[in-house]
Amino acid sequence: MWNKQRREEEPAKPYAPSVSVPAPTAVTPAETKKETTTVSSMPSRSYDSDKSGGSATIGKAVKINGQIHSKEDLYVDGDVEGTVECPEHKLTIGPNGTVHATVKAREVVALGTIQGNVEAADRIEIRKDAKLVGDIRTARIVIEDGAYFKGSIDIVKPEPAKAAMARPQAATPAPAHSPAAAGASDKR
Amino acid sequence: MPLPGPLRNLFRSGVSESVENGTPPLKPARPISRGGGESISTRPSRGLEEFFNYIRDQAGLTILDLGPATQQNVSFITNLGHRLYSEDFLRILKETFGEDVPLEEQLNPGRIDYFLRQSLDYPEGHFDGVLVWDVLEYLAPALLAAVVERLHHIVRPRSYMLAFFHSDDKLEAAPRYTFRIQEINLLQVASNGMRRPAQLFNNRSLEKLFGRYESVKFFLTREQLREVIVKV
Repeated sequence: MWNKQRREEEPAKPYAPSVSVPAPTAVTPAETKKETTTVSSMPSRSYDSDKSGGSATIGKAVKINGQIHSKEDLYVDGDVEGTVECPEHKLTIGPNGTVHATVKAREVVALGTIQGNVEAADRIEIRKDAKLVGDIRTARIVIEDGAYFKGSIDIVKPEPAKAAMARPQAATPAPAHSPAAAGASDKR
Repeated sequence: MPLPGPLRNLFRSGVSESVENGTPPLKPARPISRGGGESISTRPSRGLEEFFNYIRDQAGLTILDLGPATQQNVSFITNLGHRLYSEDFLRILKETFGEDVPLEEQLNPGRIDYFLRQSLDYPEGHFDGVLVWDVLEYLAPALLAAVVERLHHIVRPRSYMLAFFHSDDKLEAAPRYTFRIQEINLLQVASNGMRRPAQLFNNRSLEKLFGRYESVKFFLTREQLREVIVKV
């Protein structure tokens, strides 16, 4: 009975297959790019990220030279030179991605190559086979064995207000969240 | 009075040259595989403990790690409130000079200069401590001298470096080690494959190598590794 009522309230929709289709709004207005190539979408990703729905994707055949400012999660599998900013969102550099840029994001996941300084307010993950050359400022860091990192790491505690806004559930200081960090602290 | 196993090993690893000469080298806790698989063991490290004794009561130091970046080392150093620099020294060595090439390649002054710019290009007195691990064994004499000189330049006076050298002077190949800090005096040692050291050292040659440094202190450990604390 309840379901029937809801169905009646819903506007009529055209038939859509159950297979998930990449979001058509792959390009955010905030993104700046010089090439005419359209930004491609990647329907499936092999990495185990939390797919939160709306995210922009720069496909592996795309090269961007300039400034990117994203107001949604961003997946870069192409080449980017310049600056990349997603201050309140997650930036993922895919396995084919090459970023020669200063990077600022709430969260950074590197599976490809980053050359430049990285500021990740919440956390950064450098996955196996990723390469990062640059200085990192972040609250938490995860480095998988096999990743290449050259540079410095500054662990900065997030300001309580900002941290609460960014991730309401995770209010405790960051390093304790990392399993290895927690293990080290416990042992000491 | 004899102590139980782990403690006995701890004290054995904490002795210096005089005891070292009278004690036969200890066998590794576990045989190191020469195959492709990684072999992991954990062992106490008096050298590491000594190194951390110097840095743990201060915060905001700048520490250089010459091994590959590992989660354990990053977490341990940064949890102490220090800033960590990571330089995968042997990877840069391989990228600069190639792998399994004659050691003469490491004599080229231009290449040496390029290598130093790639790996140790830092201002004078930039670091408050260096985890050197075992990387110096893989450098030919000319390159080694240049690296030791550069380290002396970029590390602040009265700071400390921790380095490892094999104590078996007939060693033909040594495991490729990755050292992961477990606790202040405990190391996880992962070995994968073998590598031929460029030089082997005894205590006298190490004292000569670090002749410009203020002091050199030795600890003989398990796995025939000599731990060395060098004061700049």
